[in-house]
Amino acid sequence: MDTFIFSAIEFGVIFLFGCVGEILTEKSGHLNLGIPGIMCVGAAGGCFGAGIYLNATANPIGFVTILLAILFAMLFSGALAGIYAVLTVSLRSNQNVTGLAVTIFGVGFSSYFINNVVLVGETGTLLSAAGLNFFKAYLPFADNLGWFGKIFLGQGFLTYFGIFIAVAAAILLRRTKIGLNLRAIGESPATADAVGINVTAYKYVFVILGGAIAGLGGLTYVMEYMGGIVGATVADTVEGIGWLSIALVIFTLWKPDFAILGSIVFGALYIISSYVSLFFPNASFTFAQLKLFPLIPYVVTIIVLIFTSIRGKKENQPPASLGLSYFREER
Amino acid sequence: MSNVKTEKSVREPLFHIAKRGGLPLWKGILIRFIAIFAGLLVCGIFVTVAADGKKGFFDVFASLFSGAFGTERRRWLLLQDTALLLGVSLALVPAFKMKFWNLGGNGQILMGCLTSTMCMFYLGGKLPDPVVWLIMTVSAIAAGALWAVIPALFKAFFRTNESLFTLMMNYIAFHLVCFFISYWYPKGTGTMTPLEAGVLPDLFGNKYLLTLFVVVLLTVFMFAYLRFSKHGYELSVVGESENTARYIGVNVKGVIIRTLLLSGAICGIVGLLISGSINHAVGSNYDNNMGFTAIMAAWLGKFDPLIIVLTSFFITFLTRGMGQVRTDFGFTSEALSSVIIGIIYFCVIACEFFISYQIKFNGEHKKTKKPKKNRFEETVKRDFAEEFKMAKEENFEENKEEK
Amino acid sequence: MEKTVALELKNISKFFGKVIANNKINLSLYKGEILSILGENGCGKTTLMNMISGIYFPDEGQIFVDGKEVVIKSPLDAFHYKIGMIHQHFKLVDVFTAAQNIVLGVNDGSKYSIKSVNAKVKEIADKYGFHIDPKKKIYDMSVSEKQTVEIVKVLYRGADILILDEPTAVLTPSETEKLFSVLRRMKEDGKSIIIITHKLHEVLAVSDRVAVLRKGENVGSVVTSETSESQLTEMMVGKKVELNIERSQPENTVDRLFVEHVDCMDREGVKVLDDVSFIARSGEILGIAGIAGSGQRELLEAIAGLQKLKNGKISYLDPATGKMENLQDKTPLQIREMGVRLSFVPEDRLGMGLVGNMDLVDNVMLRSYRKGKTPFLNRKDPGKLTNEIVSSLEVVTPNVHTPVRRLSGGNVQKVLVGREIASEPKVLMAAYPVRGLDINSSYLIYNLLNDQKKRGTAVIFVGEDLDVLISLCDRILVIGSGRITGEVNGRETSKEEIGRLMTKTVATESKKEESHE
Repeated sequence: MDTFIFSAIEFGVIFLFGCVGEILTEKSGHLNLGIPGIMCVGAAGGCFGAGIYLNATANPIGFVTILLAILFAMLFSGALAGIYAVLTVSLRSNQNVTGLAVTIFGVGFSSYFINNVVLVGETGTLLSAAGLNFFKAYLPFADNLGWFGKIFLGQGFLTYFGIFIAVAAAILLRRTKIGLNLRAIGESPATADAVGINVTAYKYVFVILGGAIAGLGGLTYVMEYMGGIVGATVADTVEGIGWLSIALVIFTLWKPDFAILGSIVFGALYIISSYVSLFFPNASFTFAQLKLFPLIPYVVTIIVLIFTSIRGKKENQPPASLGLSYFREER
Repeated sequence: MSNVKTEKSVREPLFHIAKRGGLPLWKGILIRFIAIFAGLLVCGIFVTVAADGKKGFFDVFASLFSGAFGTERRRWLLLQDTALLLGVSLALVPAFKMKFWNLGGNGQILMGCLTSTMCMFYLGGKLPDPVVWLIMTVSAIAAGALWAVIPALFKAFFRTNESLFTLMMNYIAFHLVCFFISYWYPKGTGTMTPLEAGVLPDLFGNKYLLTLFVVVLLTVFMFAYLRFSKHGYELSVVGESENTARYIGVNVKGVIIRTLLLSGAICGIVGLLISGSINHAVGSNYDNNMGFTAIMAAWLGKFDPLIIVLTSFFITFLTRGMGQVRTDFGFTSEALSSVIIGIIYFCVIACEFFISYQIKFNGEHKKTKKPKKNRFEETVKRDFAEEFKMAKEENFEENKEEK
Repeated sequence: MEKTVALELKNISKFFGKVIANNKINLSLYKGEILSILGENGCGKTTLMNMISGIYFPDEGQIFVDGKEVVIKSPLDAFHYKIGMIHQHFKLVDVFTAAQNIVLGVNDGSKYSIKSVNAKVKEIADKYGFHIDPKKKIYDMSVSEKQTVEIVKVLYRGADILILDEPTAVLTPSETEKLFSVLRRMKEDGKSIIIITHKLHEVLAVSDRVAVLRKGENVGSVVTSETSESQLTEMMVGKKVELNIERSQPENTVDRLFVEHVDCMDREGVKVLDDVSFIARSGEILGIAGIAGSGQRELLEAIAGLQKLKNGKISYLDPATGKMENLQDKTPLQIREMGVRLSFVPEDRLGMGLVGNMDLVDNVMLRSYRKGKTPFLNRKDPGKLTNEIVSSLEVVTPNVHTPVRRLSGGNVQKVLVGREIASEPKVLMAAYPVRGLDINSSYLIYNLLNDQKKRGTAVIFVGEDLDVLISLCDRILVIGSGRITGEVNGRETSKEEIGRLMTKTVATESKKEESHE
């Protein structure tokens, strides 16, 4: 059971990064359907960054490895989010279409990049074993604290980083002027513009920042969850996670702190098919029946989607200008 | 303005962006061609560099064309893939015209694939072929339509966000396909061997013709449906303004549901062709991501079936051509095509901006002639001012409506 | 009071394409005064003010604040020079509280603390006599509360020059009175205030000076105490208003449409129509007068089947069969299928009556496209009809395949009215059909309505200009806060009488509200 909860948290953080990234993006009024592609690119970039360092030094330092991985993941995914930002903010193209193009490009690019540039040797391992251990490293005394230690203190660095970012984003949105301005832009860019907020700058910053944060989700999946061992279809899996992250945004009512809990629930649902025996110790499922368990998160998402739309409270609705381009001078 | 220059010490922003009233057709086409050309150029450079100069820059384009047109089989495959993509795009067009973001093409296709394969699997050989064909067709259409109408119902009655709903339906279809393949082949690797009984017949002994024939029919149908039918007219009105639709007594909910039934049904037909006629089996990736690609094709084609014929041909040409480039340049990864196509999408999306907006540099257009004060001009002037105000208010309203 | 100039405009011009919105306007505003800018719809008042507040940039001319030339490129620049504008359409974030909206975009370097904002808002409110709850969400607020938030928002930023664009258009008389007293307090505090309006009595009531704009030009400024209503009117319209609308005696009137005890609720559950009853007769024009937003739109939409009734009955006497048909709880389509010949020119032309992106033919077809049993459209007859409308109503358009969005406001309206009349209605409802139209187009519309009246149509005309209502309509219903407050004979009534009726219940209602508080 504790392995299950451990993994649910570990997997949930992947969603968490994607979800918080998309929340920040949506708060600026942009529905970024490119998040799945951006997450893939983040994974590729992170591997690349850590790989360079590990290849260059004989005795790598764990902290530097992780830092470089994070930096490069954010750089790559931020760059792709930047393309989305240029197209939708400055060039005012349709957000749905642009987002899909970003996803198509991102999934392809990361798959190409991982297979041709990053992979070490023939084994399908991304980094050398020494490098990979850094991502799995946890607090030394966690082992002594039983299940509590294992679940809550035994996580890799990225897990805590993800929760930190979610809390930081929640504070930013709720307690700062920047957050107030950002929310105003998502609700009504004309209002924000009229009081002198630089709408374009905010949109750029938060679309790119949101993308960069989402990119860490891809990194977490590849490094922490998969332990750096990936097959050819890694990008497809991350893409699926990306779509769920976008759906999770609705589930969490655009609140990053809710997202922490929501993503753990999603993480649990997502990995439940591997833990079937845990919940149904006496039942024996056929190979085919097991294939039905991965459906659960999608079905749950749909139910949540319907539920939130039926009882629509004003505060729980998407930002009012979500998906619309802002154009000040209509002539 | 020169006469007031001394008085005027105001500075203003360097340029501003304005909506274009309308652009001559040839200019629009030219801008798009330039964008595609630029995209191809970037891709050529990208591939040449990525291949470490094993081959030259122009070899990229040689491979591209040979991959698409090189042999008779390639030409047929190009046509077939174009037809499939076109079919899906046609399915999405009515939904998009209604501003219903159907991102569920993949799932709707897969459901068509799945049900038609089921028919072949269970009924093939047991019933006369024509009966199987009939049941296959009906069930594929029904399954595709069902997959689209579920989100539509919730959109119509509860305004549930349709884009995420349809996306989730994709994954449900995907996992259902995985389930059935494992169910039929418990020891298999998750792939299916082609079936022989109950498959759709070849037309004139050519295995590609049936697909082409069906899609040509669909194209004609969709063109007529959108341009000449009352249904098509209603859905455009709903897409443009729900208020107007209600005002003239259109049943908006009904139109949403009806249109999505049609949209899903056509995706189902494409699935039928993929499984029943082309592959004789079902696989979890048989949608080939066409649900997304078709959105690009439909959007680039301005939701006009005739232009979409061209855009889907172009996208298929790129996909197939890039396959050859990959082989010729020694790339193992299939993903290269997506990269290239992604880049070209970016270029084309960016160019749409220059078609609908213009950048005006201030200072150039300043010589505004003051109109002579005759009565006509004055009328026009006041009308314009009013229109301007109305346009502003409208935007204001629109923003509110979107909530 | 010593007169220091707070704001001065010199030779300000603004063009929109070929259209001159403002032409070499000179204007000065003194410290501690209320200046009214008076003018008809579309005379360039708002454009001018938008240039002071940084929404538009002037094409020519200079702006001086406290004697120094300034460049105002954005609203932020305007705030910097202590200029704040309260727009006609409020720019507020619905899901924010009053305080959040007020502090939005303020960059005074202090840490963001909503508590201190709440306190400061209270302080401002007390100083000038506002009533405002800083923690209330905007979507829970009435129009006048929202306006208060807008004003406080500007004051919070330390504005010394306040511009109010048509502030009273949406207010009840008692709310207007409250606003004016606040404005007077601000004036005493040394603020300079510009108020844009086209209502003469308000100008006389509140302002110290009046500047009159006509067709984008400043035709002069006068001191309020030295002027009169007739002088201002003359300046505003150029010549005395001599409406020359023909009005024939109604003939063979038959009761056609019966509205009995109708109640309607809006989405939030607020009563927008309260026990409305009247009868519309064939061969006569029934005017509906009232302050904007008193339920006129809901009333027409209820008759057209677009608004659900809570209570009441709407019925139609079919002249062909002589039968009474019930219209309530029917959809627009059902009403048509019953053979009820009802036409409706809605207020929102491009948002409801027409589809902006469709061409003229497709728009003309909106009403009739269902004709015929085939699933296909017949564009031939609508095409012919479109050509007829274009030629008979002199619609200025390149051709009938131009999207209506590209036409000017007057031409858009001609297409809409032309289409609605083409179905030979027995009841014709028109909401603000001449709003924003020039004089020629307006008269064309009046004539069309009169023709319908002679044909025996029951015409219902919702208007805002009382002069027009009095000289066009046979009977006038006055509506206030969703209630019918009176019915007058168009030939015998006066503007004053209608004005009194318009505000009658409104005033008593708001008094009731106050006593509740």
